Amino acid sequence: MAEVLVYVDHVDGAVRKPTLELLTLARRIGEPVAVHLGAGADTAAATLAEYGAVKVLAADAAEFADYLVAPKVDALEAAYRAVSPAAVLVPSSAEGKEIAARLAVRIGSGIITDAVDLEAGDEGPVATQSVFAAAFTTKSRVTKGTPVITVKPNSAAPEAAPAAGTVEQLAVSFGEKSTGTKVVSRTPRESTGRPELTEAAIVVSGGRGVNGAENFPVIEALADSLGAAVGASRAAVDAGWYPHTNQVGQTGKSVSPQLYIAAGISGAIQHRAGMQTSKTIVAINKDAEAPIFELVDYGVVGDLFAVVPQLTDEIKSRKG
Amino acid sequence: MSLRIVVTVKYVPDATGDRHFAEDLTVDRDDVDGLLSELDEYAVEQALQIKEAADGDAEITVLTVGPEDANDALRKALSMGADKAVHVEDDDLHGTDALGTSLVLAKALEHVGYDLVISGMASTDGGMGVVPAMLAERLGVPQVTLLSEVKVEDGKVTGRRDGDAASEQLEAALPAVVSVTDQSGEARYPSFKGIMAAKKKPVESLDLSDLGIDADEVGLEGSWTTVDEAAERPARTAGTIVKDEGEGGKQLAEFLASQKFI
Repeated sequence: MAEVLVYVDHVDGAVRKPTLELLTLARRIGEPVAVHLGAGADTAAATLAEYGAVKVLAADAAEFADYLVAPKVDALEAAYRAVSPAAVLVPSSAEGKEIAARLAVRIGSGIITDAVDLEAGDEGPVATQSVFAAAFTTKSRVTKGTPVITVKPNSAAPEAAPAAGTVEQLAVSFGEKSTGTKVVSRTPRESTGRPELTEAAIVVSGGRGVNGAENFPVIEALADSLGAAVGASRAAVDAGWYPHTNQVGQTGKSVSPQLYIAAGISGAIQHRAGMQTSKTIVAINKDAEAPIFELVDYGVVGDLFAVVPQLTDEIKSRKG
Repeated sequence: MSLRIVVTVKYVPDATGDRHFAEDLTVDRDDVDGLLSELDEYAVEQALQIKEAADGDAEITVLTVGPEDANDALRKALSMGADKAVHVEDDDLHGTDALGTSLVLAKALEHVGYDLVISGMASTDGGMGVVPAMLAERLGVPQVTLLSEVKVEDGKVTGRRDGDAASEQLEAALPAVVSVTDQSGEARYPSFKGIMAAKKKPVESLDLSDLGIDADEVGLEGSWTTVDEAAERPARTAGTIVKDEGEGGKQLAEFLASQKFI
């Protein structure tokens, strides 16, 4: 059976959920071989094996953290040369897409980004994508070289499928040009304790209607009652009420949770682009004419400062 | 020697218009009004600020690959203050994918000459966000991408890249490829004077043969990917909408419970 390379997204060996989704999708095409760069391969290997990795190719070097993107491309290329896979799957993060893009150029292969589903096909893997602010769904294939495909979080439910997961060291030599962009310093983001926006099963977002940074705790309280991530519309971010890393929309994150709750968000195209594929959509807005109501499964026309706290209290009391 | 800045820009269908696919499953660019991709305005803005910081000792060229109408995108950038423009236009380019586009841009950049390439973070149509990384790979120069702050000094580019896990301070020697996000700073509006001046600024036109690219390396035929199907997403079925009469939050909780979210 053909092997499929899966690029592992992890924090010091703690494998992030999108990678498990990738392993699950990879098994539809062939045998997953995980590529783990940086520290913690032995820790990661147990999880990777549980979700179907037959092998874990591991490399650790200071270059991965000291220079931007390119050293990781060198390593993924080395894995590609070692395995000759049927496809290369990479998580659709900002960095993942850049790694995949450079690999595609380097190995002379076509690339598809932001797939939301993947199936085996007679002429290679078929990727489903959501385009034009999720107004269209396309099915695409790579027609030259080895398909390089980046996959968005929440594209599949991770399924355990225990495999060997044998760790093998991957020899990587870094090209002279791979150390051109130095990471001079790195300031980690403070953890909010909430789930990652793109990976969360439930997202609660606030927009212009929240009317000030000082009011965002109302949104956060609802999110916390549901164990949800917090999002914000571009209007709220541009106004400086919430960090850009939480922006949902065309120039922010694109999310596809089981439940999306929009509070005080009108639903401009820029926002819809980032949340329209959510399974269930709920909105609270003062304006009955707001375009967001065209998308909802359930909508409440009303003041979010009355509705949201009441909802939060009700959820808390139901959960006991 | 003055700094040669090249800003890559894309002419895209208006995102607020009714975007759809043509019969060959390429993006329909005929039936929808086009414009300079909003995210590229940030790249033009940063180029102008870098030039201003260098006391004007820089030359800004805007480069696009696209159909005849893409000239509108170049004019917009020139009216914002760029100095000159290069338009790669060829019938054989129709249907070119990101790999092909990066090939054409890379050849054009080598043809024009550059110290600093600045791109937007992604286009607002295809939205892959991969072209800047591909350009760095093809040109063999440092990739300094997704910056929300950028500065050029003493032959070096520095900037801040805000990722999900961390914020990174980056540094690279020129020549380099930079991309900037929509957090890098509001783009200026063209002034009346700028719009008038833009009409007189030079726009160089290049085709594939000028760049030594064969027609079969680009276009729909030369594409590395193919779209087999494109279907309009079915409209969401109309949901229940209630007016809050004091119990809106409780009604919503009831709905969430019925859907097993609580």
